Amino acid sequence: MANVTIRNLNKKYDGGFHAVKDVNLEIRDKEFMVLVGPSGCGKTTTLRMVAGLEEITSGEILIGAEVVNDLPPMDRNIAMVFQNYALYPHKSVYQNMAFGLQMRKYPKHEIEKRVREAAEILGIESLLERKPRQLSGGQRQRVAVGRAIVRHPEVFLFDEPLSNLDAMLRVQMRVELKRLHERLETTAIYVTHDQVEAMTLGDRVVVMKDGWVQQVGEPLELYGKPLNRFVAGFIGSPAMNFVDVTVSDSSGVLWADADGLRLKVPPQLVERVRAHAGKRIAIGVRPEALHLASGSDLPEYSFDTAVDVVEPLGNEILVNFRAGGAPMVARVDPAVRLKARQNIRVALDPERVHFFDDKSGAAI
Amino acid sequence: MGAGSAAGAALPAEHVRVSRLTRLLESEKLLASVLLVPGLAILLIFIAYPFVMALWYSLTSIRVGDPGQFVGLANFTKAWNDTIFQTAFKNTVFYTFWATIFKLALGMWLALLLNRTFRFKRIIRASMLLPFIVPTVLSAFAWRWMFDPTFSVMNWVLYHSGVITDRLPFLSDGDWAMWCAVLVNTWRGMPFFAITLLAGLQTISPDLHEAAALDGANAWNRFWHVTWPLLLPVTLVVVVFSVIQTFSDFQLIYVLTGGGPANSTHLIATYAYQVGVASGLLGEGAALSLFMFPVLFAVVWIQLRFMKRMEGA
Repeated sequence: MANVTIRNLNKKYDGGFHAVKDVNLEIRDKEFMVLVGPSGCGKTTTLRMVAGLEEITSGEILIGAEVVNDLPPMDRNIAMVFQNYALYPHKSVYQNMAFGLQMRKYPKHEIEKRVREAAEILGIESLLERKPRQLSGGQRQRVAVGRAIVRHPEVFLFDEPLSNLDAMLRVQMRVELKRLHERLETTAIYVTHDQVEAMTLGDRVVVMKDGWVQQVGEPLELYGKPLNRFVAGFIGSPAMNFVDVTVSDSSGVLWADADGLRLKVPPQLVERVRAHAGKRIAIGVRPEALHLASGSDLPEYSFDTAVDVVEPLGNEILVNFRAGGAPMVARVDPAVRLKARQNIRVALDPERVHFFDDKSGAAI
Repeated sequence: MGAGSAAGAALPAEHVRVSRLTRLLESEKLLASVLLVPGLAILLIFIAYPFVMALWYSLTSIRVGDPGQFVGLANFTKAWNDTIFQTAFKNTVFYTFWATIFKLALGMWLALLLNRTFRFKRIIRASMLLPFIVPTVLSAFAWRWMFDPTFSVMNWVLYHSGVITDRLPFLSDGDWAMWCAVLVNTWRGMPFFAITLLAGLQTISPDLHEAAALDGANAWNRFWHVTWPLLLPVTLVVVVFSVIQTFSDFQLIYVLTGGGPANSTHLIATYAYQVGVASGLLGEGAALSLFMFPVLFAVVWIQLRFMKRMEGA
C-alpha cells in the first residue's frame, strides 16, 4: 500500500498545448481520490502520467517513497481500469484477468486462486469462460475491475470507468466500487467528469479546470466552502445561482444591488465584502438556500419575482424564476403548489450566501 | 383523395407507363434480378465460359489449326510424367511458399514501423506502394538488367568493392534464378501486405496496448498476445490472396527468365503458356494449367473454414 505524491507536474504537448499546469497533490495511503472537471481540464492526462502512459514534461511523481518518472508502466505496481474497459477481445474472461499475472510469471495455482477470488468478489464466477463480446456493459466493467484487483497493486487508477454505462447501472456500480474500495483498502485515483460520482466516491476530490487545480478537499468542504466561482458552479446539481451585483455602503450597512433586487450583505461577510464597496461582484446562492418567504423572513433577505417554470421531481420541486437579471432555481417543499407566471416572494438563508470577485472569481 | 385521383386520370398515357415500370421495380425480388444480370453476364462470359472450355480442351487433342478429338485423361497423364512439368510444379510450390513467408514477415515489420507516428508519415506511407503500382513487366525488366550476366549492376558493385572475385550467376543458374524470382516477387508484393496489415493495425485500440503494458507485457509479448491474434483475420485474407496470386504468377518469370535456363525456372503458368500457346498444343496446355485448380481450391476452402471457426468462437 502506498501514497502518491505529485510535485509541480506539467504536461506540454508538441503542438504547444499546456494540458497540466503545476499540479501538486498528496494522495494518502488507502485514500480514494477523485479528479473531476470538464473535458480538457487535464484530469485524464494527470492520471496517465501517474500510470506512465504519458511522458512527464516537468515535475515529479512519487509512489511510496520512490520517484517513478522514468519507470515504465509495468514497474510501477499500479493497475488501471479504462473507460472503454480495454478487455482483450480474443481472450476469455479468465485469461483477461490472468494475463497480468502470467506476464509476471506467477505460478499457475496462485493465478487460479487470485482470479477465482476476484471473480467471487465481483460476482462473475459464472462468466469466466466467456469472451468479452458475450458480456453486457456492466459485466465487462466488472471484468475490467477484476483484471485490476488480481494484481494486488499498490495503487488503482480509474479513467472514467462508469461513463459507458447506462444511468441505472452507473449508480449501482458506483456503490459497488465504493464497497470494493472499503474492502481492499488500496489507494485509488479516480477520474470523472461527473460531479455526483466525484462527491459520492471520493474521500477527497480535486477539481480541475484548464490544467490548473482549482480546489482540493472533502466533498462537503467543496460544496460548502468553494474557493472560487468555478468550483461553486461545478459542484452541486442544480448548480449554484449567480447574480452580478454592485456593493453599496449606506451609513455602514452594505447592500448588494442588482436590477430589481436589493439584498443586505450578511453580517459574517461584511468585513470581507467592505473592500469591494462600489464595485461589481457576484453573489452565489445554492437552490436549497432559497425558499418561499413566510412572515418570519427578514425583508432585507427577500425579494419578489414571478414563477417561470416548475419542475416537480416528487421529493422536491425546482422552481425557475428570474431575479436581478439572472435566471435562478430554488428547491422548494413538494407540498407547495405553484403555477407558471404566479407571483411569489422568495427568501434566502443569509448563512449560506457566497460572494465572488468579479474578475478572478475567487471567493470573498 | 378525390382531387388526387382525378388529376392522375388526366395525365398522359406515357406518364402512366413510366409509373407502372417504377411500380414494378418497387418489388425487391424483381429489382434484385435486374441489378444482378450485368454482373452475372460478365461472370458467365469471361469466367465460366473460358473455364468450361479449358476443361473440355484438356480432354481433347486440340491444337492450333486442328480441332482434335476426345482423348480422355491422356493430356493429364502425359503432364504427370513430364519432368519439366514436375520441375515447374515444385518451382511453383517453392516460389509461393518462400515469397509468401518473406512478404508476410517483411510486410508485418513494415506495417508495425509505419504504424508509429513520425515525420512525413503520409508521404512515406504512400511512396511505399510504388513497387506495387509499377507494372510488373516494367519492374521485372529492370530487375532482369540488374541480374544480367554481363551488365549486372550488383555484380559490378560487389566485384569492385572486393566482396566477390567471380561474378555471381544470378539468372544463369537454376537455383540462383529461383531465389532471384522470389526476391523480386517479395519486393513487389510486400507493399500490399504492409498497407493491408497497417489498415488492420489501425483498427486495434491503443488502449489494449496500454492495458497490456500495465499488465507487464514487453514489446514482444504485446505483439504476440495482442497484435498478432487481433490481426489474424486480416493476415489470413492477405496470405490467401497472395498465395493465389503467387501460385498462378506468370508475368514475373516470363520476363525475368522465360522459364530458363534449360526450363529450370518454369512455373505451372509459364510452362502451360509455352506448351499451349507458344507451341500451339492447346489441349495439353489446358491440362497443365488445370493442375493449379485443386491446389487453389484447397487454399480457399481452408481459409473459409478457418474464418468461419473464428467467427463462431
